[in-house]
Amino acid sequence: MIEARHIDKSFGENKVLDDVSFLFEEGKNNLIIGQSGSGKTVFMKCLVGLYNIDQGEVDYDGRVFSRMKTKERKKLRQEMGMLFQGGALFDYMTVEQNVMFPLNLLTKQSSAEKLDRVNFCLDRVNLNKANNLMPSELSGGMTKRVAIARAIAMNPKYLFCDEPNSGLDPKTAGLIDELISEITKEFQITTIVNTHDMNSVLNIGDKVAYIANGKVWWGGSKEEILSSDNKKLNEFIFATELTRRLKK
Amino acid sequence: MIMLFGKYFLLMRDVIQRPQKWRFFWKQLFTEFYSLGVESLGIVAIISVFMGAVLALQTAFNIDTPLVPMTMVGFTTRQGIVLEFSPTIISLILAGKVGSRIASEIGTMKVTEQIDALEIMGINSANFLILPKISAAIIINPFLIIISMFLGIFGGWLACVTTNLVTSHDYIIGIRSWFDPYSITYALTKTVVFAYIIASVSAFYGYITKGGALDVGSASTKAVVQSSILIIIFNLILTQLLLT
Ligand SMILES: Nc1ncnc2c1ncn2[C@@H]1O[C@H](COP(=O)(O)OP(=O)(O)O)[C@@H](O)[C@H]1O
Ligand SMILES: [Mg+2]
Repeated sequence: MIEARHIDKSFGENKVLDDVSFLFEEGKNNLIIGQSGSGKTVFMKCLVGLYNIDQGEVDYDGRVFSRMKTKERKKLRQEMGMLFQGGALFDYMTVEQNVMFPLNLLTKQSSAEKLDRVNFCLDRVNLNKANNLMPSELSGGMTKRVAIARAIAMNPKYLFCDEPNSGLDPKTAGLIDELISEITKEFQITTIVNTHDMNSVLNIGDKVAYIANGKVWWGGSKEEILSSDNKKLNEFIFATELTRRLKK
Repeated sequence: MIMLFGKYFLLMRDVIQRPQKWRFFWKQLFTEFYSLGVESLGIVAIISVFMGAVLALQTAFNIDTPLVPMTMVGFTTRQGIVLEFSPTIISLILAGKVGSRIASEIGTMKVTEQIDALEIMGINSANFLILPKISAAIIINPFLIIISMFLGIFGGWLACVTTNLVTSHDYIIGIRSWFDPYSITYALTKTVVFAYIIASVSAFYGYITKGGALDVGSASTKAVVQSSILIIIFNLILTQLLLT
């Protein structure tokens, strides 16, 4: 469980998050949806502490990030996995080295144990022949899958995914969503996914927060989202022909 | 401006710490020896030989009275190379070559969120990425500069001998006269300071990059310009401090 309480974040004059609160639940796909530029990435980076927040607190199962010491934060970080928008694979390392990297740096496992874990993770994302490829040799979907494998290498309790299926075709996008969802259920992870894709929302949105103009305007599940009478939300979700037809 | 200085010192505070895993540090250090040092050898060699040659020829052409012995050519060339040309000019060349490389490498990692990826794993990214680069530059640049000194003096000799302006004998007497070992200390002290400036300033501009590929380009330009300016300023300061 991760709880964001009254978070404010500005960049200079630009107030990106204004008193944002939300509860992200364990074992669920928690989605943050909103238009491009609405602050999803900033919100996620505030949650994980990559950005310092101006006000408010982030609570990880009773541990408040802003009140923790550097050492405790480092430990908490090791319980987090994050999938970045562009994959953020280390481009001078092979796929295998990428996934092994956190294990090398943060654990004392033997080489055999580490390799086992790497192969398990790669297998889990259906990539078992890619160990020796370089990131530049991967397709968009493969890049995301390697990034997922790296994010789950340390067995995280918290998984953050920033636009996991942006730039992918609908089929691959769907597969990535499924994968994230399966992993979340299988390991009972608190997963937070940023997306602007209504397909993902209807597919895996156990719990959804809609943000716009720095505020959370609506929270609920995929079952409730189409029938909500929240005007702000409807502007966003019925922006496409497809969802409008679905409503009818 | 003051903000920039503040940011720089905050970054350096994160950089200058014990590496989390020494094995990674050593590995990275040796990679950097190669990419910062070995890969710069070619350009350093070419420039040194040619500059040494030009220095010697110009001195020889300007001696038009028999009152000044031709051994002055070797002496002047040596002094010029050791005191100024190798430590300062070669460092400026390295600021261009190595500085842009460091800034664009780290800048790319920043805009593609690779640095965030390190941070989220609980790794001190500044220390992990920048310390090996600064250490490598500080260790390897003095070697490059010493090589440059020898090649510069050799270039002067080659020019003299091939043009018959100065005999090999005179030139060698020249380069061996009035030698003060302190000039080497002075030159290498400058080199180490310049190496630190090049690596740390370039890494800094890479690290604060925001945006995309275009911003990486401009970060790398800024890195080269700023480290060059700092080298020139510190050259003056160090010369004042060390030679008076
Ligand atoms: N590092 C930063 N510095 C200044 N402004 C930023 C920074 N990161 C994001 N912003 C601003 O915050 C707003 C939200 O951006 P972002 O969270 O990336 O949107 P998205 O919902 O598309 O992920 C944008 O107006 C952007 O300009
Ligand atoms: Mg975003």
